[in-house]
Amino acid sequence: MRHLLSIADLGTDGIEEVLRLTDSFVEVSERAIPKVPALRGKTVVSLFYEDSTRTRLSFETAARRLGADTMTFSVTTSSVKKGESVRDTVQTIEAMGVDALVVRHGSAGVPFQVARWGTSAVINAGDGWHEHPTQALLDCYTIRERLGSLEGRHIAIVGDIKHSRVARSNVLAFTALGAEVTLVAPPTLLPSSLEGWPVTVSHDLDDTIKSLDVAYLLRMQRERMTEALVPTLREYTAGYGLTVARAARLPDRAIVMHPGPMNRGVEIAPEVADAPNAVILDQVAHGVPVRMAVLFLLLGSGSEMFAASDRPADPAAVEEEVVRG
Amino acid sequence: MAEVVIKGGRVIDGSGDRIADVAISQGTIEEVGPDLDTTGARVLDASGCVVSPGFVDLHAHLREPGREEAETIETGTRAAVLGGYTAVVAMPNTDPTIDSVAVVAWITEQEALCHVACSAAITVGRKGEALAPMAELVEAGVRIFTDDGNGVQDDRLMRRAMEYATGLSSGVTLAQHCEIESLAAGGHMHEGEWSSRLGIPGIPAAAEELMVQRDLALARLTGATVHFQHLSTATAVDLVRQAKAAGLAVTAEATTHHFTLTHAEVASYDPVFKVNPPLRTDADVAAVRIGLADGTIDAIATDHAPHTADAKEAPFDQAPPGMLGLETALALAITELVDGVGMALVDVLALLSWRPAAIAGLAPWHGGLVAVGESANLAVVDPAARWTVDPAAGASRSRNTPYAGRTLTGKVRHTLVDGEAVVIDGQAQR
Repeated sequence: MRHLLSIADLGTDGIEEVLRLTDSFVEVSERAIPKVPALRGKTVVSLFYEDSTRTRLSFETAARRLGADTMTFSVTTSSVKKGESVRDTVQTIEAMGVDALVVRHGSAGVPFQVARWGTSAVINAGDGWHEHPTQALLDCYTIRERLGSLEGRHIAIVGDIKHSRVARSNVLAFTALGAEVTLVAPPTLLPSSLEGWPVTVSHDLDDTIKSLDVAYLLRMQRERMTEALVPTLREYTAGYGLTVARAARLPDRAIVMHPGPMNRGVEIAPEVADAPNAVILDQVAHGVPVRMAVLFLLLGSGSEMFAASDRPADPAAVEEEVVRG
Repeated sequence: MAEVVIKGGRVIDGSGDRIADVAISQGTIEEVGPDLDTTGARVLDASGCVVSPGFVDLHAHLREPGREEAETIETGTRAAVLGGYTAVVAMPNTDPTIDSVAVVAWITEQEALCHVACSAAITVGRKGEALAPMAELVEAGVRIFTDDGNGVQDDRLMRRAMEYATGLSSGVTLAQHCEIESLAAGGHMHEGEWSSRLGIPGIPAAAEELMVQRDLALARLTGATVHFQHLSTATAVDLVRQAKAAGLAVTAEATTHHFTLTHAEVASYDPVFKVNPPLRTDADVAAVRIGLADGTIDAIATDHAPHTADAKEAPFDQAPPGMLGLETALALAITELVDGVGMALVDVLALLSWRPAAIAGLAPWHGGLVAVGESANLAVVDPAARWTVDPAAGASRSRNTPYAGRTLTGKVRHTLVDGEAVVIDGQAQR
């Protein structure tokens, strides 16, 4: 695999491999000095056309913990403001000698275009409404940690599916790992066609909630009101919010997830967000080791440190030996 | 003594099909028959070829004046003659807009390899607010009025335009890009399976169908002659079919891309596949083909829309819509309609030549019979030639063809405009 543009690039085996690698990097993260030099000498650039401090910091932390150098290309201070095209920007950055581009853009498909134009590995850090693959991977890791496996689990993704890159990546990832996915939303917040999506749809959260292993809430943006997609936030919360009363009807084993940032009191009640079965901060914590795994998969194999044929089963362990050596 | 003799071809026009040479002098067909004398004449070899009335494109964006970095009248008409066209209808979305006699006059004076018939805007500046001076424009030779990429949104204004048009001295046609902007707003591809999967905001088929319905109602109300541009949905084709059956004076065109490509192409996120109306479903493509075959759709148009490489390298939702078409139309028609679904070659030539010529008001100078005394606007086509589309080899100033690398059947060998061989053996002569 040269790029991570979509969860579809990984498939079930690829997702499993990322999660397995993540285990070793979680272990690294728990060390006194949570670093391994697996990507020493590599340069990872975050190319963010949309503000997302949390995702950018998570990627940059992951890269540094692997010993890579990081650079940030921030649109607000860059030549983009002077009208430079994405292609020119990519080629300019690549001329400095970089190994990976972590791309966030408000338009669907830009990471695909960057991958065509450039020579470095491209990681999609969110493109428009399309995908956010590393979010889905850290979500899978979080579910697996809490529930053991996704196989046969019932997961509801609740809220603004239509405009959500997180939902698109998660539908692919959750179903690839054997989960049953129900999309719960008013029809106006669903994609116009679900042909080819291995999901069921519900407009009745009260009915769906009884059988859930995971309630995955999406952020409800206030702009949706002005687009006449829902009449009022009050009506949205009444129908689709995870209120205290609704959360009480979740099965005991069930967990509550949210990709952040939350609108407390809209899609999720503050008490529910802070309850012990809410794993929202675990999701954030897993972001770093999951992104370490992705960077390692894309840049680590075939690097100077290993011959392509003998890539280590546990990179963290081998790396450590290299350090000691 | 003839100046040019087209030798050894099979002549196909609206009157039938025969093997004959065609002799031309002073822009006019002088003789049609077997074994014509070629003494002193330039001989154009047409063996294995079909000699047809030249093609007429109802929908070409020549970009000049205003966007000369993408195309000029000269480069656009060079692409046209290489595609067998002897006349193109220039769309008015230039800068300045073609909405005055002065702009029409300016365009008419420019260097061109084929006849350029100006369409003009229905409303001043294509803003949908006030009617353009239609009578003056008709006086200047305009026969087709259209606000082009922005269909007239206001119902009452469109009614007035139709009503007014019925009183003009020469018969004029109002051509509409059917799209209800409030429904289409923010969309960048067909709304459906692929837009949902790709996370690209969609344009629902209903945005086109609703305006087709409205304009049919207004045509019934006013008696105006209405032409529907680039039909792209199965329901829109069906609405036109029913209206024709009911006796309304309406015509319609379909583009080559709407009978060859679907929205699945957008999965590459390559803006070369962004076009308006958008590429639609397999069922829509099938319906457009049926519409072309059963006479519902009167013409194959190109909607030739050049854009610079820079413009097409933007993110998909920021790139302008449009694709090239003039140099590939004939080959796509033969490959997909004749070889693909078994249409007769003569019916495809009708869709490319004499039926659009009539709609554009260019008959009989274009799309007429290949007969003595007629204008020598002719396309000589090798219907069996195979070639591979190479964007860099095109004559257009732009490269945004969605067919790069495709192997197609059917190629223009010679094109004659008013008796002048502007294309010989597939090469433009100026």
